[in-house]
This record gives sequence, C-alpha cells and structure tokens, in this order.
Amino acid sequence: MIFAGVDVGSSTTKVVLMDRDKSLVGWSVQRSGTDFAIVAEACLQQALNQAGLATNLKEMKTISTGYGRKNVQYSNGDKTEISCHARGCYYYFPQAITIIDIGGQDNKVIQLNEKGQRINFKMNRKCAAGTGAFLEEMALRLNIPLEDLEGLARQSQEVIELGSFCTVFTATEVLEKIRQGKKVPDIVKGLFLSIIKRVLEMDLLGEQVIMTGGVVAFNPYLKVMLEEIIHRSVWVPKYPQLTGAIGAALFAQEAFLS
Amino acid sequence: MADHFLDMDRAAKEGTPKIAWCTSVGPAELLRGMGFLVYFPENHGAMLGASRMATDFIPATNAIGYSPDICSYLTSDIGSYIKKITPLQKAYGIDSVPKPDVLVFNTNQCRDVKDWFSWYARELRVPLIGIHSYRNIGTITQYEIRDIAEQIKGLIPTLEEVSGRKFDPDRFKETVRLSRDCSRLWRATLESSTAIPSPWTFFDATIHMAPAVVSRGTQEAVDYYQTLLPELKQRIEDGVAAIDGEKHRLYWEGMPIWGKLRPLSELLSSLKSCVVASTYCNSWIFDQLDPDQPFESMGRVYTELFIVRDEVYKEQYIKNCHQLFKFDGILFHDAKTCPNNTNNRYGMPERLAKKLGISTLTINGDLNDLRCYSEEQSKTQIEAFIEQLEERR
Repeated sequence: MIFAGVDVGSSTTKVVLMDRDKSLVGWSVQRSGTDFAIVAEACLQQALNQAGLATNLKEMKTISTGYGRKNVQYSNGDKTEISCHARGCYYYFPQAITIIDIGGQDNKVIQLNEKGQRINFKMNRKCAAGTGAFLEEMALRLNIPLEDLEGLARQSQEVIELGSFCTVFTATEVLEKIRQGKKVPDIVKGLFLSIIKRVLEMDLLGEQVIMTGGVVAFNPYLKVMLEEIIHRSVWVPKYPQLTGAIGAALFAQEAFLS
Repeated sequence: MADHFLDMDRAAKEGTPKIAWCTSVGPAELLRGMGFLVYFPENHGAMLGASRMATDFIPATNAIGYSPDICSYLTSDIGSYIKKITPLQKAYGIDSVPKPDVLVFNTNQCRDVKDWFSWYARELRVPLIGIHSYRNIGTITQYEIRDIAEQIKGLIPTLEEVSGRKFDPDRFKETVRLSRDCSRLWRATLESSTAIPSPWTFFDATIHMAPAVVSRGTQEAVDYYQTLLPELKQRIEDGVAAIDGEKHRLYWEGMPIWGKLRPLSELLSSLKSCVVASTYCNSWIFDQLDPDQPFESMGRVYTELFIVRDEVYKEQYIKNCHQLFKFDGILFHDAKTCPNNTNNRYGMPERLAKKLGISTLTINGDLNDLRCYSEEQSKTQIEAFIEQLEERR
C-alpha cells in the first residue's frame, strides 16, 4: 500500500508518496497553473515514475490539501493545509513547536503542543505582502530572476528597511531606494526582512521555531535572518516545500492503514 | 415585513401618518408612541448586504467623499439612494425608500449613524435630532441613565411639531410595554439554542430578528415571536437539530457578513458545527423596558448595550454566554468598516481563549463590502478551525 499526499498550493502543486514505514519513495513539484485537477494528476504520475511504481497503482490512498484540495480527482479525502503542515512538521520534530509556513499567497503561524495538538493558528490577513507572491512581484520589478534573490541577499553589507505594509507601496519604496543609489543586494535583504517582519507581527513565537514552505526552501537565508532577529535557532525540515504534502500522506496512512 | 414597507410607502405618498427614520437601537418606542411610522436605514443596509447589491453602490458614495473605510451600511445605503435602486423594488414593488419627515439617531451604535442621517438631512431638508450616547463605559450609574432619559424627553417638542400631535404618555407607555414583550420573547427564542442539539442557528436568527428590529413596539412583532417560540420548543422536544449530528457549538462575535450568510451557513453545517449564539442577535434584547418608567428604562436599556460597554464588561458578557450556551469555540468577525462592532482588535480572542479554555478564530471581512472578504481564505480558516476543535475533543 502506498500513501499519497497532494498539496495543491496557490503557486505549486506537490505530491509525495509514502510507504507503510513512512519512508518517502517519490515526490514531485510542478507549477499549479490554471487546472488543478490536471496538474495534480501530472504530479502524481511524475512521482510514481520517480518511485518506479506503476502509473495505474490501485493500492494507493490519498489525502489532498492546499487551496486546490477539492480538485484532486483521485483523492480519498482532504484536510486543510494548516493541519497538514502541522502534521508534517511534528513528524520531523515531535515536540512543542511554532511553525512558520511562508507560502505562495499566504503565511501561517501554527502553534503545536508537545503532543502535536494544534493550540492555535494565524494566517496573514487579506493582503499577500510578506508571502512568496510578494517576492515574485519584487523580483519582476527589479528585473532579477527569482532564484538570484537568495545569493544577492547574502551579499548585502547594509540592510535597508522598507516600511510599507503594502506590496505596491513597497515597490514604490524600492524604486525610491534605487533612485537614491542604494545597492541591489541591500534592497533584496530589505525585502527578506520585510517578509520576516510581516510574520513576526502575526503571533508570538514559541521556544522552538520551525520554518517551512517554498519560500524558505529556495531562500534559506531567511532562516538565518530570523535566527539573528529572535536570537535562537530555527529548524527547517528536510523537505520544507513538501511539508504539507508529507502531512497529508501521514493523514492518509493514519486513516487507511487499518 | 411586506406590510411594514407597504404601509410606509403609502404613508410617504399620502403624507400621513408621518414617517421617522430611526437608528436600529434608537428611540423607536417614542417615535411609534407618537404616531410615527418608523423606518430603519440600518435594516435597509442589511438588505443591501444580504442581496449582494451593496458592493455596487459603495463606490458611488466614495466618489462624493465618504471613505471606503467608514461604515459600509452608510456607504451602500447612500449609494443606493444616489443610484435610485433599492432591494425594496424587487421584494415589494416599492420604487424607493419612504421619504422621512424627521430623522432621529442615537449614537450608541457609532458616530457614523449621525453622519449618515446628516447626509440625508442636508439632501432632503428634513429635521435631524438625536441622542448622544456614552461609549466605552463600565459601570452604569444613574447619571448616565438620567441624562439619556432627558435627551429622549428633549426630542418631544420637535416630534410634536413634525407630527402635529401632542405627546400622549399612555400611548407611549403602551408602546414601551409592547416593545418589552417583544424583547422578552426574542430573548426566549434566542435562548432556545441552549438546547443540545440546538433547534436553530445564528444564521436563522439573523433573519428572524427582523421584527425585533423594525417592528418592536407593535403587536405584530409580539405575535410573530409568539408563533416562532412554540415552534422552536417543539423542535427541542422532538429532538430536531438545526445541524444534523451537531458536533461543535460556536459563538459568533461581530457583525454578520450579510452577503455570505448562505455559504457560511452551509459550510458550517457541512462541518457539523452550529453557531448557537451571537452578540449581534442578542443586541436587540431590551427586556428591562418598563412601561411605568418609560423614559428611564429606555435610558437604561439603550445604555446597557454591549456595543457601548468597556472591554471588561464585554469579556464578562461573552463568558456568561459561554456558560449558558456551552459553545466550544468563538468566531470573531473583524469587519473592516465597523470597528465599533468588531471586538477582536484589543486582544479579546486571546484573553477569552485563555480564560475559557476554548479556541477562537478571527475572520477578516465586512458586513456589506464584499471586497474586504476573501471567501477561499476564510473557508480554509474555518475548516482548519474545526479540525483544531476535532483534535482537542
């Protein structure tokens, strides 16, 4: 029996395949695009291929999560991404934790107790400032490939504070900094700092902080910056972008193994 | 409700009886007791919200200088007037809202109601009078009650002039009695959801509250709840649940999201969760009205309202509701344009979660302006919240 977790997020769709021993045997990540059902299917096929499993696998149970969780046709059930990120993180770090998930269009701060039970969660308000979409927009405005942001931020010598809540206003601020002759690496680090500030105002952080999501997967310098700000270590699971999908697969195993 | 609006439409055309516009928690008893037909713009605002027309009208009011950040009842109602479109046309075949002969406000809801009525006073050249309430108060003393009672009395000369009738104390007392009787019945209907499972939900109550808002002080409103209450009691006796297999009981704090009543109701129903009580529906319980002390008791009930009280009172109020209705979670609605009826902004969810040992969730939205509401995000949050309650069972 194989257990699949499918996380159809606003930016990317993630599929993981897990065996009875909770080992990851395959996974896949693709852009979510405009047809969630098709991309979820394509992702599954890719993950099955990677795992060397038959593409018409019958012995498989699936839980879907994410914004497109209701669109996954082969799903046997669904859970919210808040529950799945919590479950995925607790699997790697079984203790009381605060999870910061920075996704494509939303941020979550999830508090778990030592038993892995959710005490509370907060999501960013309507605005997408401080999410992956914010970085994408800024990269576009600065004409910098998204994947270059991490390296640029690490080169920064002097962080530039950006004061606005709003992505559009921040873009204006960035243009102003460029006019002032500020260096691009410093501006990019300012953007990273802006993301962290948006998260820190959402909720109090517990003793042990975990970061997940695609944004930290591709920009691990965010973790380093957060550690410097909160003066303690921040952990990142092995597959930060897959945490929600892993949580979903764990739910699938729990629900269907018996 | 049809009679309520059709009578007013007729009166507006014939010029008699006179029509008073009144804020929802204003001195309706005095107005009715002096022979006015009473129209409530807030009720019209709710209709604009529930019919999802509001968002089309708000920009028209923004364009004349009223910010999108102020009360969206105000902006949608004035926008509806500017555009000459009202849900009354479709519902009752009425061309427009009834033209007022006098506008009477009470700022116990907010300052916006006065600004709202002031716009109409300028536009329609109609007298504007009102009561200025105390806000953010803890213990209420005789000082506040006497002051509000005197302010109510102070409205009488203008009302006599507009109506052309002398104030009749006996008729006024009778109206206060009817209003009290309506309130007592309304409380009883709301408290029927202390039953487990609950026979109805907050979403039902937001519709059935209409007579308590627009017709209190009339026999018709009393009759309405005298019909409804036995039905609810019968449902309890028969074990009929509003939500089949009720698993979770919730409290709704803040304004309804009028344009999303159905999707929210259906979502919570699918999650076996019943919103059993709300501050909002409770806000039209005025059962301390006393026909023997009409002015003083009106002064009291319109000052004891949740909305004008301090955080300590509000917190205790919700704790009392928790004891009565036995809910296991609170949904706070942070209404973008209604700070006065939004109670999550000063740490109350966190304090109540700690004190009551229950979970709370804040949904960002608005009473009428659906541009402030993300349906998908709210849905995910509510589903995640219910999953959290499941985990804690």
